[in-house]
Amino acid sequence: MSAATCDVAVLGAGIVGAACARALAMAGLRVAIVERATIGGGATAAGMGHVVVMDDSDAQFALTRRSQQLWDELSSQLRASVEYVQAGTLWIAVDDEELDTVRAKHAYYTSRGIVAEMLNADGVARAEPNLRPGLAGGLRVPGESVIYPPCASLWLVNQAIERNATLHRAEAKRFDRTTIELSDGSTLTAGAIVHATGIGATRFMPSLPIRPRKGHLVITDRYPGFARHQIVELGYIKSANGAENESVAFNLQPRKTGQMLLGSSRQYDVTDGAVQPHMVERMVARAFEYMPALARVSVIRTWTGFRAATPDSLPLIGPMPGWPGHFVATGHEGLGITTSLGTAELVVTHVTGQRSSLDLNAYLPTRFAEVAHG
Amino acid sequence: MDKRIALTVNDEQVNAPEHCTVAAVLLASPGVATRVSVTGEARGPLCGMGVCFECRVTIDGEAHQRSCQIPTSDGMVVATRGTDSYPREYEQYLSEQIVNKAYDVLVIGAGPAGIATAVTAAQAGQRVAVLSDDPHIGGQIWRHDHAKPLGRFAADWRDRLSRSSAEWIASASVFASPKPGVLLAETPTGPMRIRADQIVLACGARERFVPFPGWTLPGVFGAGGLQALVKAGMPIAGQRVIVAGTGPLLLAVADYLRSRGANIRFIAEQTSRVKLARFAGDLLLREPMKIVEAAGFAWRLRGIPFRPNCWPTRADGDSRLQSATLTDGSRRWTEPCDALACGFGLVANTELPRLLGCAIEHGFVCVDADQRTSVPNVFAIGELTGIGGLDKALLEGEIAGHVVAGRFDLAAALQRRRTKAFGFVARLADTFALRDELRQLPDAKTIVCRCEDVTFEQLRTQPDIRTAKLHTRIGMGPCQGRICGCATEFLFGWDAGSVRSPIFPVAMKSLAGGE
Ligand SMILES: Cc1cc2nc3c(=O)[nH]c(=O)nc-3n(C[C@H](O)[C@H](O)[C@H](O)COP(=O)(O)OP(=O)(O)OC[C@H]3O[C@@H](n4cnc5c(N)ncnc54)[C@H](O)[C@@H]3O)c2cc1C
Ligand SMILES: Cc1cc2nc3c(=O)[nH]c(=O)nc-3n(C[C@H](O)[C@H](O)[C@H](O)COP(=O)(O)OP(=O)(O)OC[C@H]3O[C@@H](n4cnc5c(N)ncnc54)[C@H](O)[C@@H]3O)c2cc1C
Ligand code: FES
Repeated sequence: MSAATCDVAVLGAGIVGAACARALAMAGLRVAIVERATIGGGATAAGMGHVVVMDDSDAQFALTRRSQQLWDELSSQLRASVEYVQAGTLWIAVDDEELDTVRAKHAYYTSRGIVAEMLNADGVARAEPNLRPGLAGGLRVPGESVIYPPCASLWLVNQAIERNATLHRAEAKRFDRTTIELSDGSTLTAGAIVHATGIGATRFMPSLPIRPRKGHLVITDRYPGFARHQIVELGYIKSANGAENESVAFNLQPRKTGQMLLGSSRQYDVTDGAVQPHMVERMVARAFEYMPALARVSVIRTWTGFRAATPDSLPLIGPMPGWPGHFVATGHEGLGITTSLGTAELVVTHVTGQRSSLDLNAYLPTRFAEVAHG
Repeated sequence: MDKRIALTVNDEQVNAPEHCTVAAVLLASPGVATRVSVTGEARGPLCGMGVCFECRVTIDGEAHQRSCQIPTSDGMVVATRGTDSYPREYEQYLSEQIVNKAYDVLVIGAGPAGIATAVTAAQAGQRVAVLSDDPHIGGQIWRHDHAKPLGRFAADWRDRLSRSSAEWIASASVFASPKPGVLLAETPTGPMRIRADQIVLACGARERFVPFPGWTLPGVFGAGGLQALVKAGMPIAGQRVIVAGTGPLLLAVADYLRSRGANIRFIAEQTSRVKLARFAGDLLLREPMKIVEAAGFAWRLRGIPFRPNCWPTRADGDSRLQSATLTDGSRRWTEPCDALACGFGLVANTELPRLLGCAIEHGFVCVDADQRTSVPNVFAIGELTGIGGLDKALLEGEIAGHVVAGRFDLAAALQRRRTKAFGFVARLADTFALRDELRQLPDAKTIVCRCEDVTFEQLRTQPDIRTAKLHTRIGMGPCQGRICGCATEFLFGWDAGSVRSPIFPVAMKSLAGGE
């Protein structure tokens, strides 16, 4: 049986594990990456890839904002296949009540140094001519972007490999303090072990408060220019952060290819990944309420994915009680593409003690009693 | 005949005969490619049967329309450049209501197999509908010909269908099944929801394409593809055509194209002379009628060289085909030509069966002697269960027609012929199996996925289809991998991947459901 050693093993090469591996390797550690399937092939392959700042809580804001800035800094180095495009986000308000929310969001963003612009009804129509007439207004956040997550993960992994990380294509089967048994029969000894296994983390650590939250997506053929921004209805925030069992919100993304990707839906307690026609129907109907011209656009595929949702919409990043030497980096719900880079920064801090501009405490798994007390 | 209509193609007035498809009209104007690929190559129609999506154009302001499936009409405005126009008038479209239908038996596919089931079941008193995404009945072999009436035998079946009580639903594409016994179809007048107690799948087959350098040039067609396009009105008289690939289809295509005035240079059949001789000997013993048929082809194709052991290795031309290079394994030579019609066998259209959950083995739907699939009340017939051609399709169609009507004795009486038909399936597959050398045809830059322009070089180091898909975009185009998936199955042994609704592109409106 072969055995390998490293400073830190990263389990899972979704976007979170890939970002952690890169950051740890750049911090000078010898990294081993363990992935049982395709790099970026888990939840990451289903995600929309909207890099977006959210303000449900200050901690959510801090992590998304820091991450978005990191994506920005990386953008010039990314390969073309990552399909980075700074499309900006357009939040849509349908009535005065929503417009008030948009104003508050505007104030919150601008006071924290984010460029954001209030649009009135005309402004929205000019920004997105295919939206229906009669919307109340919106908020444009021009600095936000869109990427293609599977190739972003691949790029991050390759960056780690350039800094001497190794890639093990196998499943992590069993652990003790410092060793990992892999499905190919080999073992890996590591000074630290990072569980970036997404929704799979609960298999070994059942106390983690993660629930799968299913989402559907619909992609169209190429219609360059049909939509220019990632267009999101304000109700998305409620859908994302609420606890409703089943919800949909209009969320349309222009891809670099000229295609459009339509979200979004959220469902708890569904474990089957099959596309459910009634959910697609609801999403499409919602989309027509905002952009009826989509009716004739050609749809080429639908698919689903599972977000790893936590009770407070914040990820779980840090040491795991009862598991000395093990760290978790999971629970990113619908924001893990964005927050992967900020997460990596936090993980480096946990593993090496290096300073981070982010507050470690807000994301610790031990904030939940069931984790803290095993 | 010869009534002409006027349409606008790229801002120019074009006159065309009535009852052609838009693709056929475009092919009649030399130098008009139907689309520009994602890396900027000019492309023309390939498959002629709505599978490859290379013939997409903008029609009356609506982008991404398959021109090979759409009949011309007076005043139509066609644009082949750019995809940046999009439909703005949606009100009427949005208000279209879903049409609900219900039948005892729904037959999907109106080739010989589907027609035979529909006729048989309707005669036995079942309430039957037969639908197809084509505007005409006939499927591949009895495809509607804009210039020539159907042969006597085919016309006979067509007439039996029109005299029967079976309902014919044209241009309807089944794209989803929200629950067992319910199918959704998209039609030119809006979505349709069809309930049926029994569903008979007769979805047929498409051609397999093997990538080689230059195969994406306009002027390279499928073999059946070129035949379909000519039947739809593409002029071929006087054109130099090479027919290449494998299988009995090549003879039928050459025969047809010659009857329409094509100058067939030769037929290149990749299989060996030895295998062909064994096949012919077998036929002589077991299927004398098929030998008579073959002799008919041979007589009509006299003077046209038939070259076994011979296959194309590349196609060249400056934005359209000008020559093809072929080999017989030792020698290589280049032939000037205007069209290269090449089909490397047939692949069953298993997307709908797979969507319904039918068990599949080696690319074909598993059925019992009564044509039942693994899913209750779902049957499969024709090419879906094994490539065997017309006789097998009709036979299985009749069997399924009897079984859905509860006439098991009549179905049982056909079993001996059915067993024989499956013997022919096995001999065909063996005789025309693709030779290994064809796997060596692509070079590094050869495009394998035509929709997304993914090259051989990008693919050959990938471990499996899913990784390849996520990291290179292969299979993510509008054909949903129907063209490249068959190629990578042959080149790398990758399986077909999963299917989900919609099983081919549909207008977003069609996904909206409604009552
Ligand atoms: C519909 C939908 C839309 C979304 N849209 C967005 C968006 O617009 N913006 C955004 O920021 N986020 C979005 N997200 C969220 C984002 O996709 C996820 O948060 C993110 O991909 C999570 O990444 P991950 O690396 O934690 O998990 P995953 O991508 O699931 O990666 C985990 C990896 O671990 C591997 N693994 C698991 N167990 C083992 C083991 N024992 N051994 C070895 N390997 C193992 C798996 O194979 C997998 O590759 C969306 C999610 C969904 C579902
Ligand atoms: C930003 C973005 C853009 C995209 N653009 C396109 C596009 O333009 N066109 C397009 O077609 N797709 C697109 N995709 C979708 C991409 O193909 C999806 O991520 C999809 O999930 C992968 O499809 P698939 O058919 O390979 O696999 P899926 O059908 O998603 O396969 C799921 C995988 O899980 C496995 N699996 C399924 N069920 C089970 C089970 N019960 N147990 C174990 N394993 C199981 C399967 O074997 C398979 O490997 C895009 C994705 C993203 C993220
Ligand atoms: S050729 Fe159409 S998706 Fe690959």
